[in-house]
Amino acid sequence: MSERSPAGPALTLVLGPEQLLADRAVMARIAQARHADPAVEVHELDAATVAPGEVTAQCGPSLFATSVLVVVRGVAEAADEVSSELSRLATEVVDLDGVALVLVHRGGNRGRRLLEAVRGAGAQEVSCAELKYDSDKVRFVESEFRQAHRRASPEAVRALVDAVGSDLRELASACAQLICDTTGVVGADVVERYHSGRVEATGFKVSDAALEGRAGEALALLRHALATGVDPVPINASLGAGLRALAKVAGAGRGSPEQVARELGMAPFQVRKARAQAAGWTPHGVARAIEVVAWADAQIKGAGADPRYALERAVVTVAAARSGA
Amino acid sequence: MSVFSALVGQTHAVATLSAAAADAAAVLVGGPAGSMTHAWLLTGPPGSGRSIAARAFAAALQCPSGGCGTCPSCRTTLAGTHPDLEVLRTEALSIGVAEVRELVLGAARRPSRGRWQVVLVEDADRLTEPAANAALKAIEEPGERTVWLLCAPAPEDLLPTVRSRCRHVLLHTPPLADVAAHLVEHDGVDQAMAAFAARAAQGHIGRARRLALDEQARLRRSDVLRVPFAVARVSDAVMAAGALVESAGEEATAASAELDAAESAALGRALGEGSTGRGLPASARAALKDLERAQKTRATRLRRDALDRALTDLAALYRDVLAVQFGAEVTLTAEELRPQVRRLAEASTPESTLARIEAVLSARAAIEANVAPLLAVEALAVRLWDPASRSDDSAVTAPGALTSR
Repeated sequence: MSERSPAGPALTLVLGPEQLLADRAVMARIAQARHADPAVEVHELDAATVAPGEVTAQCGPSLFATSVLVVVRGVAEAADEVSSELSRLATEVVDLDGVALVLVHRGGNRGRRLLEAVRGAGAQEVSCAELKYDSDKVRFVESEFRQAHRRASPEAVRALVDAVGSDLRELASACAQLICDTTGVVGADVVERYHSGRVEATGFKVSDAALEGRAGEALALLRHALATGVDPVPINASLGAGLRALAKVAGAGRGSPEQVARELGMAPFQVRKARAQAAGWTPHGVARAIEVVAWADAQIKGAGADPRYALERAVVTVAAARSGA
Repeated sequence: MSVFSALVGQTHAVATLSAAAADAAAVLVGGPAGSMTHAWLLTGPPGSGRSIAARAFAAALQCPSGGCGTCPSCRTTLAGTHPDLEVLRTEALSIGVAEVRELVLGAARRPSRGRWQVVLVEDADRLTEPAANAALKAIEEPGERTVWLLCAPAPEDLLPTVRSRCRHVLLHTPPLADVAAHLVEHDGVDQAMAAFAARAAQGHIGRARRLALDEQARLRRSDVLRVPFAVARVSDAVMAAGALVESAGEEATAASAELDAAESAALGRALGEGSTGRGLPASARAALKDLERAQKTRATRLRRDALDRALTDLAALYRDVLAVQFGAEVTLTAEELRPQVRRLAEASTPESTLARIEAVLSARAAIEANVAPLLAVEALAVRLWDPASRSDDSAVTAPGALTSR
């Protein structure tokens, strides 16, 4: 962390939807300010509820401290007046002695104008982009261990992401737990001991297994998903989406994945996946599978007594329909 | 000109209602009740004019000369602004108990103009069960001068307890010739177009008017009627289903976007949006949120209605195919597509046509039971592709199995 001025950068923009990373960035900034001046006054405000003028007032000189750090969260939700006040403050704060401002924005299109103004004022930006892909999460886990001066084997990192990867906070605390409780290199066996048998089962995983004809695995994943509180409706919806993609891609001819993706309005990776899954399907199999998924949807939404049974039957039927049964 | 002249091809119902209105006038001067009663249920297929009939009847009750159609009483009643008329209708999917409780309170008032307090529920089929039960007592024994008018597609759409407390008036599907004549007379449509629209709408007057006047509606209908010819492969069926749902969605979006924008702007202005100060108070934001929520349910309803119209058109086309297959000498709803219909008829059997019609009907029932529309239409499309692929499972989604309808 660079120590440009005694209290760090005058203006910091924490941008992105990932809450955990945003909290960490804010905490790091506060720690930095405290390090420079232990008596620093820290004010945390929520932009959605502050009255116009309040942030400006907090940025004023304090009787009790020589430096002030003002953290404003949720600036995307700010009312128009507050938003323009923040834009103005962002350009002025550089000239204010002993005052530093941290703005937290969750990304997206709200508060665009404010964002541009803050960037124009030369804010130091901390990106808190969402970790969408497993590869990002693997990198995150690796850096968690690195910061604690610990090492984990690639298999262990993989297993950890598979087990608790759906929520970043959970992943971070799982890392913290492993770092505290164990010594030496963290191996896959250690992760296994802590998170044994736990697999993040999402609707997509269930649907992929069913569409590839692995009935047993699909059922196990389905039970897992339901047991960990995944709603039946999206699970069934991803079965429907999987079949839809498969049917469309099967009929789209032999173009390159990029070309087919453009024609069908899908992403190239979806086309590749659907193509791989389409092998082994007959037209009648697809028809039967689509019908059973539609049936299950009605059952889940109240036509039947037991959504779990309907889903299990749909999964088994879809897997069986693949071989044309 | 009587208020009942707006009804097309409903001579029987008009006779019943105007007789009742005449008896009602006698009651006001101390005469016997005769054929007048306190609760009426008007049923008939969509587009037969249930709510028009109900409003006309209400006007006839309020009018000193039995529904002249020109006096202030008639005009305000027809417009829904008469002080002794309460109208309950909904743009959402159902009518909840809270709305009905309020209505029941209003129903207990004495008429301010000294004639009748009329309570009109236009979408009685959309009353939830608690809502219908909340109204039950008031329908059974309303105030001395209160009249309940309920409209629904069929008596079975209401709870038996509510149904049994009403006098039933049945409206028929109006004859095509009457619908066409009505379009020519009231909307200035030319003969050929009126005949086409009446045929295509199968007696649904509002739909016929829309088809006659709106080029877009005609185009969308012909898109829908192309579906049976575009399901040569399963992948085509899935694509066709996607296109069908999307076009219904576009139709609904176009219809709701305009309404939404105007409403939101009006409410925002009323709440002081754009003025200086602390910004909108939390309660004002809540009101805007409420409006957004109401608009969202309306959009859902509009989307479903548009899709339902498309499916009705589709079912009508297969009815045409069946007619040709049986050699019946009737006009087709899609007379303009006769050659294509004949080809479709020759390429399939009556059994498979019936299975396809059933598939369309079960898709409608499924959508009504909240199945994801795209999924329901996909299941329909693959059955249009191969009606024999109907699995045992889908028997459960057959019409009637899901709802009491």
